[in-house]
Amino acid sequence: MTTETLIDAPIERDPEGFLVHPEQWTEAIAPEIARENGIDELSDRHWQVINFMRRTYLETGSAPSIRTLGKVSGVPVKELYQLFPKGPAKLAAKLAGIPKPRGCI
Amino acid sequence: MTDLLLQPQPSAPQTIEKVSIIISKGSLEGIYPGLIMANGARMEGIDANLFFTFFGLDAINKDKHEHVKVATVANPGLHLATCAGGFPGVSAMVTHKFAAEMEKLDIPPIPEFLELISDSGAGLYACKASVDMFGLTKHDFIPQVQDIITVGEFYGLAAGGQIIFT
Repeated sequence: MTTETLIDAPIERDPEGFLVHPEQWTEAIAPEIARENGIDELSDRHWQVINFMRRTYLETGSAPSIRTLGKVSGVPVKELYQLFPKGPAKLAAKLAGIPKPRGCI
Repeated sequence: MTDLLLQPQPSAPQTIEKVSIIISKGSLEGIYPGLIMANGARMEGIDANLFFTFFGLDAINKDKHEHVKVATVANPGLHLATCAGGFPGVSAMVTHKFAAEMEKLDIPPIPEFLELISDSGAGLYACKASVDMFGLTKHDFIPQVQDIITVGEFYGLAAGGQIIFT
């Protein structure tokens, strides 16, 4: 565990960069983490996915699968991979400040 | 103490950049592991190719892939007597049960899963020798199948990555 300072508040993250305490997340954090992962600017479509991830996690206690993400978020699978080339489910979860998805699908 | 020996340097963690997965069986339990591994690879940002050969071609055969069944005969993992597994309807019943369990886990049926995997950027290919043997053509396959390729072409695609045979 490391404590890093993002936007002047100490936010604890795991070695892979996921927030340890999802409640510490603010909208200002997502663009910072995005830049670390090679996404220079977050579009409305990115935000649609990030907000869906966060909402699903807060409602159900777990991150959605890529299948649910593609079907329910309003962003189809092809576009998800364009927005988050290195794995949409994992990266969107990281940007949304929720734990790493543990599912195999 | 001597300083003659240099201390071993910890190396950077190794990552897999590409996998090429061969699906050679036509039963439900023969097809799913390869699909799950291909989808899982893409989810980790790993490039993935799927190569369907022999009865594995049923997975991409548009007339057959909705009807793939669990093998209930000679499948000791089911703990079902072989003679019982052979009764009409048993395979369909067991398949139905598996499908319901997988739906609970958000694992899609084979046709939807292939669409998902293809949309995620993985390549789907049919084995030429098997296609010729079964007298099939490109029109027998789902549109996501990019090409019918030879073994040599498969190795070309797989170059620089890992090959997984299922």
